[in-house]
Amino acid sequence: MQLAMSRQRRKPRNPTATEDAIAGWIFIAPAIILVSVFVFWPIVQIFWLSFHEWSVITPEKPWVGLQNYRDFFHNPDFKLAFRNTLWYSIGVVPVQTFLGIFLAVLANQKIRGRGFFRTAFYFPSISSTVVIAVIFLWLYQQNGLINFVLRKIGFSPPQPPWLANPKGVIQMALDTVGIHHVNPWFAGPSVALLSIMMMAIWTSMGSYMVIFLAGLQDIPAEVYEAAALDGANARQQFFGITIPMLRPVIFFVVTLGFIGTFQVFDSIYIMAPGGAPAKTTLTLGYLVYQQGFQNFAMGYASAVAIVLFAIILAIYFVQRRIIGRGDQL
Amino acid sequence: MTPSNTTSAAAPAITAGTPNRREGQVRGSRTPAQRIITAVAFIVLVFVALLMFVPFLFSVATSFKTAPDAAQLTLGSMFWPREWTLAAYRTALDSNIQRWFFNSALVALIWVIGRAAIDTLAGYAFARMQFPGRDFMFMLILGTMMVPGIVMIIPRFILLKDLGILNTYGALTIPFLADAFGIFLMKQFFESIPIDLEDAARIDGASRFQIFRTIILPNAVPAVSALAIFSFQGSWNNFLEPLIFISGGNTDLYTLPVGLANFKSQYQTNWPVLMAIAVITTVPIALFFIVFQRYFIASNVSSGVKG
Repeated sequence: MQLAMSRQRRKPRNPTATEDAIAGWIFIAPAIILVSVFVFWPIVQIFWLSFHEWSVITPEKPWVGLQNYRDFFHNPDFKLAFRNTLWYSIGVVPVQTFLGIFLAVLANQKIRGRGFFRTAFYFPSISSTVVIAVIFLWLYQQNGLINFVLRKIGFSPPQPPWLANPKGVIQMALDTVGIHHVNPWFAGPSVALLSIMMMAIWTSMGSYMVIFLAGLQDIPAEVYEAAALDGANARQQFFGITIPMLRPVIFFVVTLGFIGTFQVFDSIYIMAPGGAPAKTTLTLGYLVYQQGFQNFAMGYASAVAIVLFAIILAIYFVQRRIIGRGDQL
Repeated sequence: MTPSNTTSAAAPAITAGTPNRREGQVRGSRTPAQRIITAVAFIVLVFVALLMFVPFLFSVATSFKTAPDAAQLTLGSMFWPREWTLAAYRTALDSNIQRWFFNSALVALIWVIGRAAIDTLAGYAFARMQFPGRDFMFMLILGTMMVPGIVMIIPRFILLKDLGILNTYGALTIPFLADAFGIFLMKQFFESIPIDLEDAARIDGASRFQIFRTIILPNAVPAVSALAIFSFQGSWNNFLEPLIFISGGNTDLYTLPVGLANFKSQYQTNWPVLMAIAVITTVPIALFFIVFQRYFIASNVSSGVKG
């Protein structure tokens, strides 16, 4: 009976081909319709909008060609937003990836309560970013917990306090060695932006740990045993086996990290409305919101959104080029 | 966080089979050096776990403090109010928070049901049916995972405005009912179910719809549950779209995160009240997490990362 069935399977199933064609389209129809209306159409629309000037309030929507894009070159906000977003990404992604690997390696030891640690570290990443941002907004206050702890252990908190401090951190470091004039591109993220970056790392490192832990557990124990027999020490095993075997996961996580961090919006909205202080936390995502829904410059905001989209696509395709085609998406 | 529209490389861990848990790699007897390493690792992990818990514990403690007590941090009162009070919760309840809670729950329920239905149907069709244009349509749908919400927010706002459903529950739900990640997940799942079951029914002359209803759906409960959990989480934490699609005056349509954000701008420094709302917002998702942890963690490996 079973044999007969498996033989049947290999044959083309002609009698039901038409039924399948109809049923297939009926089954996917709701998804296709929704995706077309709420994803594909908006994408077409946003390109079209980016060539117009439009305030939403008035019906006039003059065609301005590439003007919105040309504005980038002499609009300081765009440059600022781009620079801040870049700092945010290149600050957050490597650190959260490194900490994720570090914690995963630790948790992969034969350790009591591994399940507990996994749960504890993972919890922040299922919580609402708005909630976390409101909590950290308070932790970072002048009289908040972070300053309290710093004072207790003998450090002086930054002045002005964290989220109100527009000084670039690299600039601050260079100030101590007497270099006072640094190109703004190299002044580093402001203390305020750094505060938000640290919160992002705190939020995500646990979920990164879980991903890397799954990756580590996929490495066969025999590989380590063989290496140990050949006399490889722990460090050689780590750099010779663990890191190379994790490489695909690392690429995946770094890509996701860049894509995620480039979109940052929620935490900025809560912790640094308007990109305060001195626009040092203004990001591309926030700029889209600000231009579109506060300044009603829908065309300009659309152009910013397209740049953001182009960056995300570029990251995605770079990753594809590096990893090559596989079963991955 | 914006709900992560992100891609997946590692295949989702939800399959028809039973989960296969592996222990750590180090087995057998351990040398003193290994013991020291393990002990140090343990201490570091405990420290990081504390780091993860402290902000949450602190916010719960603060929500039970009076405003002056909260402003005066001391070692003793950090995690233990000098004087316990429900005043912050009373202030929170005097606002519209019951309504926001209801809205969040209703919207989440619609997301869960809608996605369970739509993604399951589509996932099954992509996994098991032969029809013209199948692979192309699947690639198109997968492609949508690369488009972040912030990129589409302006045209979606205009579209909903033109459809006349801004400031309705429709705006908070309809655009999110079909979800590429969910479709991908269900497709992967259906591909893991043995096909023989279906073939037997086909030979007996059952139609596609009958097979789907009587054979596939009953077997798909674990995958649909996983999908329901991600959808709940995505909906509960969604912020950008509810913020934009519900205009400022319509406080009756706020969801919890938007309500909290709005409260933040009104009660700038009343930390106990803000923490009380934060706690109320977090408790449902925390309970959900504790009960369904396995699914959350499985999904994490394949789903997105916060932005």
